[in-house]
This record gives sequence, structure tokens and C-alpha cells, in this order.
Amino acid sequence: MNFMASKQPENSLLGPEADSQRTLYPYVTGTSVVALKYKDGILMAADMGGSYGSTLRYKSVERMKSIGKHSLLGASGEISDFQEILRYLDELILYDNMWDDGNSLGPKEVHNYLTRVMYNRRNKFNPLWNSLVLGGVKNGQKYLGTVSMIGVNFEDNHVATGFGNHLARPILRQEWHENLSYEDGVRLLEKCMRVLLYRDRSAINKLQIAKITEEGTTISRPYSLKTYWEFSAFANPAQGAVGTW
Amino acid sequence: MSKSVIEMPPKGGFSFDLCKRNEMLAKKGVNPPSFRKTGTTIVGLIFQDGVILGADTRATEGPIVCDKNCEKIHYMAPNIYCCGAGTAADTEAVTDMVSTQLQLHRYHTGRESRVVTALTLLKRHLFNYQGYVSAALVLGGVDVTGPHLHTIYPHGSTDTLPFATMGSGSLAAMAVFESKYKEGLTRDEGIKLVAEAICSGIFNDLGSGSNVDICVITKGGKEYLRNHLQPNPRTYTSSKGYSFPKKTEVLLTKITPLKDKVEIIEEGDAMEEE
Repeated sequence: MNFMASKQPENSLLGPEADSQRTLYPYVTGTSVVALKYKDGILMAADMGGSYGSTLRYKSVERMKSIGKHSLLGASGEISDFQEILRYLDELILYDNMWDDGNSLGPKEVHNYLTRVMYNRRNKFNPLWNSLVLGGVKNGQKYLGTVSMIGVNFEDNHVATGFGNHLARPILRQEWHENLSYEDGVRLLEKCMRVLLYRDRSAINKLQIAKITEEGTTISRPYSLKTYWEFSAFANPAQGAVGTW
Repeated sequence: MSKSVIEMPPKGGFSFDLCKRNEMLAKKGVNPPSFRKTGTTIVGLIFQDGVILGADTRATEGPIVCDKNCEKIHYMAPNIYCCGAGTAADTEAVTDMVSTQLQLHRYHTGRESRVVTALTLLKRHLFNYQGYVSAALVLGGVDVTGPHLHTIYPHGSTDTLPFATMGSGSLAAMAVFESKYKEGLTRDEGIKLVAEAICSGIFNDLGSGSNVDICVITKGGKEYLRNHLQPNPRTYTSSKGYSFPKKTEVLLTKITPLKDKVEIIEEGDAMEEE
């Protein structure tokens, strides 16, 4: 009888087989998510594309889902990791409901949970390859926060992931103000999504806008934005010097 | 029979003889000094009567700001100006070189320079150096064929556009242009939009900062608005300013001018011709 035989833990830090368990690169990815606080709650927009490297593989991926009664989660990055996070949150909400005590997890609590999950995964060198946007309203308090794949989290009046950081945030910083109406908020989000559509190669012209207020969540039907291509310089770039490029 | 020396092709371009040694040194921890880059947001747009170019004024050396108020809009010809992003030495040298080539060409042909001439000279030079001359340029001007705006990348490719941005702050500036640009802008609308785009770069990009320079080029002439906007002024901590200690008695006041009064005919660079 061999009491001393110790079982090697499967995910030991040493051992080359352990590496195949870690996420090394993302495969099917979603591009930016943009969100802002408005008068009655949170507005969030994301397109419906799932890219497989440089191919646009899936064109109907819903990257925003409602969580519990008070929250809305949008994700960019690896789609399979997003689905895994939805399973974790499902379990979290389920256990919370089972207490049956009239309390429900609000957006701040869900955001905190996600932060812990993401940060702990990164510490084990096995991250969930997502940038998440968590928005919601509970007891009249609006909340909008973000968590990245390395665990960086903060809350703000407007957030964006991926390319949205470079293209949408300058616009939001200039034009966002307190107590935006619903129409103004949607117009501002569409402005940001349009710039992303022009300048992000993995963006597609099929997006959804989600709204969450005290009453609940609504995710719009997919629709597309109008684009403008009629600049005269686009029509005839070689004007003035025929044969040039 | 003596073997004659093999005919070598004329030497040009860069010599890569020291690359292996540099690689070996870098592995040992001896890194080459970082280049003075311009970080930068540069933009250009075509409006009703011509072209408006804009640039920020920060020059960086790695994480340090080495020049708070540098000039990124370079003179090429009386009717053509060029903004430069990338390595400061490269943009200066390349625009200077093409500017003198254009002047000689003007004397040779007796005509006003065209923007496509400057474009071709720049693009040929940059392609020749295969991207090692790290200059990303926004070239704009008005000639007999009309207003033109081009972007030139370090490898030598060019684009002809109605509005363009380059540099590390290009995405922030492009976000402003893509949402607000339309054809047929007036001069004031154009200047306002360019200033907005540069400010977007200044405040949202760490590589850009300080002031906004603007250059308006039309058929009639050009207007170089140096430091058109100064959204980052230096504020002194003491509101009182400086006061001499105690009661300093003034014994004598004598003002000596450092230079004899010179008649200033016109404002403008000595290098520019009018």
C-alpha cells in the first residue's frame, strides 16, 4: 500500500501538458461595445458580428444579454468565453433567487463578481478573453462599469471596449452630458457606431441598441445605419493629375 | 591577366552593415537612444475655397515631452504646406529637401508648383528608403488645377482624400471628422472643425498636446495661424505674481535696447518667398 504516492494536480505550474489548458489566443471575436448613462438608465450598443480571424464568420451574434432583473451585460472579445461567463452569472442569479428573500443582485454586485472572476483567471494565466460592459439601474441608482480581461475595472458615465476606446470615447467625452433624453442618447450612440463602422475593419452594419431602466431591459431588433460615400474626392481621386494614384 | 575590379552599382540608400552588431548589443542590454518622435495629431481638410491643415505642437522623446511648442506644419511652396508625423528629423529633412527641389523646378519651368509634383517627389524618396525614413505626412495645397489634399505613408503609398488625419492621435481626430465633416464648408466652419479635431487629439491622446497650429491655403494665398488656440496655458501658482522683497529703492532706470531698431517690412520666414 502506497500512501506516499501523491497525485500530480492536473493544472500544475510545471509540466508542458498544462499549457494546453490555457487560453493563448482568441478565435471567434466580437468587436467594440459602447454604452452611456442617460436620464432614465443605461443605453448600450453593439454590432452583431463574430469574426474568425479576418473572416466575418457569424453575422447574428447577440453580444448583449440581460442579467437578473437589474443588469445588462455587453461583451467584446472571445465569444465562447462570453457564453461561459453567462453560465457563471446564470448560476449566480439562480442561487440568489433561491434565497427567496426579496433581495436581488444589482449591477454593482454583478460587476464586482465579474471583476473577481476576471482577475483571478488572469492570475492563473488562463484569462477569459473578454472586455465586459455592465450597466443597470436599481432603486433609481444608475450604474455603468467595465472589466477588461486582465481585471482592470472602473465605472464611469460612458464606456467603450476595443476600438471604441480610440474612436468613440473622444466623441463621448465631448458630447455626453447629464440627463440625456432617450432620443439624444440613441443619436449619440449611433454617431459613435457609425464612426466605428467606417473605421474598424471588424465592424459590420448590423447593430442592436439595448436600454435598461428601472422598469426593465429592452434589446432592439437588429438594424443598420445609413452611411455616406458621395464625397467628390472619393468619386474622382485622380482629378487634376490623370494617371496618378 | 589581371582581374579588373568588379563594377559596383552606384551606392545609395542605407548600409545595413552594423545591424548584426546592434542586435547583439541590444540582447546584452545596450539599447540605442530613442528617436525624437513627434507623437502627434495632424489633420487636413478640403473646404469651399481651398485646404486647411492643422497640427498639435508636442514633440516627445519616449515618455518625455522634449518640445512643448514645436512647428509641425512645414513650408513646401508658397501655395503648398505639409504636416509631418513620425520621427522629427525625418519629417524636417524630407520636407526641406522636397521644398528646395520644388523651388529649383519653379525656376526651371517658370510656373507655380503643383501639389502632385510635391506628392510624387516625396513618395519616390520614401519608397526608395523602404519605410526606414519614418515620415508620415499630410500634404495640402491649392494650384491651378484646384485644391488638393494627400496623405503619404512612410513606405511611400499615398491617398487622395477630402479629409485626412495622421499620427498617434489620428483616431481621435478621425472620430470628429467622420461625424462632422461635410462638403462645401466655409472658412470659419473649416477652421472650427480642424481645431476641434486637433483638440480631440490633444485631450484624448498622450502623444499629442499643447497648442493648435492652423494653416489655411486658398487660391489667393495662405494664412499661417501659429498657436491659433492655446488650450493648455501655464498657470502661475501665485496669483499675486512676483513682487520685490521689502522696500526696494529704485536708484536709476536706464533702458538699453539690445538691437538697433530695424524696419520690419513683412512678417514671414526668411526662407519663404512672397
